[in-house]
Amino acid sequence: MAKDRFSINEVDDLAKLARVGLNDDDRTALAQSLGSILDFVDQLEKVDTEGVVATSQVTGLKDVLREDEVVRCELTRDELLANAPAVQDGYVKVRRVLQ
Amino acid sequence: MNMQYLSIEQAHDALVAKEFSAVELMQYYLERINQIDPKVRACLSVCGDEAIAAAKSVDKKIASGEEIGLLEGIPYTAKDMFLTKGIRTTAASKILENFIPPYSATVIEKLDAAGAILIAKVNHDEYGHGASTENSGYHPTHNPWDLERVPGGSSGGSAAAVAADMGIFSLGTDTGGSSRQPAAFCGVTGYKPTYGLMSRYGVVAMASSFDTVGVLARSAQDVAAVVAVISGRDSKDATTIESSFSPELRKDWQGKKVAVVKEYIEQLDEGSKSAFDQAAEEMKAFGVEVKEVSIPTIANALPAYYILVPSEISSNLSRYDGIRYGHSSESAHDLQEVYDSSRSQGFGLEVKRRILTGTYTLSAGYYNSYYKKAMQIRTQLRKDFQKAMDGVVALIGPTAPTPAFKFGVNEDPVQMYLADIMTVAANLVGVPAVSVPMGMVENLPVGLQIMAPQGKDAEVLGLAAACQQATQWHDIKQRSLAV
Repeated sequence: MAKDRFSINEVDDLAKLARVGLNDDDRTALAQSLGSILDFVDQLEKVDTEGVVATSQVTGLKDVLREDEVVRCELTRDELLANAPAVQDGYVKVRRVLQ
Repeated sequence: MNMQYLSIEQAHDALVAKEFSAVELMQYYLERINQIDPKVRACLSVCGDEAIAAAKSVDKKIASGEEIGLLEGIPYTAKDMFLTKGIRTTAASKILENFIPPYSATVIEKLDAAGAILIAKVNHDEYGHGASTENSGYHPTHNPWDLERVPGGSSGGSAAAVAADMGIFSLGTDTGGSSRQPAAFCGVTGYKPTYGLMSRYGVVAMASSFDTVGVLARSAQDVAAVVAVISGRDSKDATTIESSFSPELRKDWQGKKVAVVKEYIEQLDEGSKSAFDQAAEEMKAFGVEVKEVSIPTIANALPAYYILVPSEISSNLSRYDGIRYGHSSESAHDLQEVYDSSRSQGFGLEVKRRILTGTYTLSAGYYNSYYKKAMQIRTQLRKDFQKAMDGVVALIGPTAPTPAFKFGVNEDPVQMYLADIMTVAANLVGVPAVSVPMGMVENLPVGLQIMAPQGKDAEVLGLAAACQQATQWHDIKQRSLAV
């Protein structure tokens, strides 16, 4: 049943994988709705897809390449970094990565 | 001259004949936004100063006797998923509340080169996640036909703007029906191209193998004029295809065959069914033979869509991490917290829901039963669509199961997902599709959807234009809006 299908713990595990923090209201709402969504898509289980090749894209294009030549970027570093929350000496500043 | 509800051609001819100036035309639309938008709330950012400056350049050209192109001086709006250099672009999300793109999307640059003038960025469901625009991170948009109803989604702002004459056309996106369904709800024409016909460079990504650039306007002819400008291969988007699209649409449909998708008719409410039957009769009246076709596997389209699309969403939205751009949690102590908090604070609930669904379906142990399975279903659907289209120029059906619904009625997410039931197949399969107004049900517009084989964009728009020659449902001047 949708209600029992997803525990709060499982929601928390997924949230950790996806790096999305959740508050308690979010958790409860999502546990329920994830259950309903999966119940809905489960109907595909009974469709026979034995031997069917998976489609990942519909254009049929393959190996779209260009010449290995440097193309000048029209934008400056400052323009590209203008939206960064913290910048120092032309680098994006982040919290400590290594302890 | 009356500037209400002009078509691209009418506006162009009037500019050339100097019946009004480009600045006057722009002022009309800016005034329209001033008056109407407080009730409709389609606009997120209005770029009035830039628009007037661009209009002045067009007037200079006209004054000096230079010839102007068809789209020069034509005001349009763009869904806030299109990057516009120097103009705030939010994807209707709080996470991009203050984001000013350093470059513009290719399609925006093409329109710019053709002289069309962006007048506003319009509202939509956050990141394209929705069918009603209720999921916008800012505020909902109201249907100009009934302000207590949704305009549809996700490109609700685009559809409402075109319906309420806040611009002559609008760029939307269409990943599962997001340009067609709101067009149906708002009584305008909404088109989804063959996947790959328009460049997605600079378009905020939702589900990369489904996303397309949509065009909304008040006629198929206007849509075609825009498609001619924005379509074509782009070296910056490796999924684009060559375009041989010509806006010279076929006029003679005598003897051509279309097929009604049986499964779509079974889902209709009475009023919509009656309007659809009438639309099919109108087609016969201009010489088209209308048959019926059954595609039993079409029932798999919606569940397959809601596995594949959230999966691609979960991947695409991982870039919003508070590091290089977008909202960043200042109080976060370490890197993990920057990610967790920025994303928690910036994303709405539906966005979180889709990210987590996609994370689940792609995770180890589940990938085969969900994602891979859905990709196989996609292959089967493509084959079944090809079979169904054998011997006909198009498949037809209603665009949505009902007219525009009231705010708050689809609280259950799966209930909301069902609003897309007739539109998702075209995105799974990659074919072009268009919704045209086909009637009114209790004073609300309803839409006819036309789907053609992959690459047959001119056909789909040509048939739509023929419908608009035969009927006048698309002529908003003849009806009364609530604004």
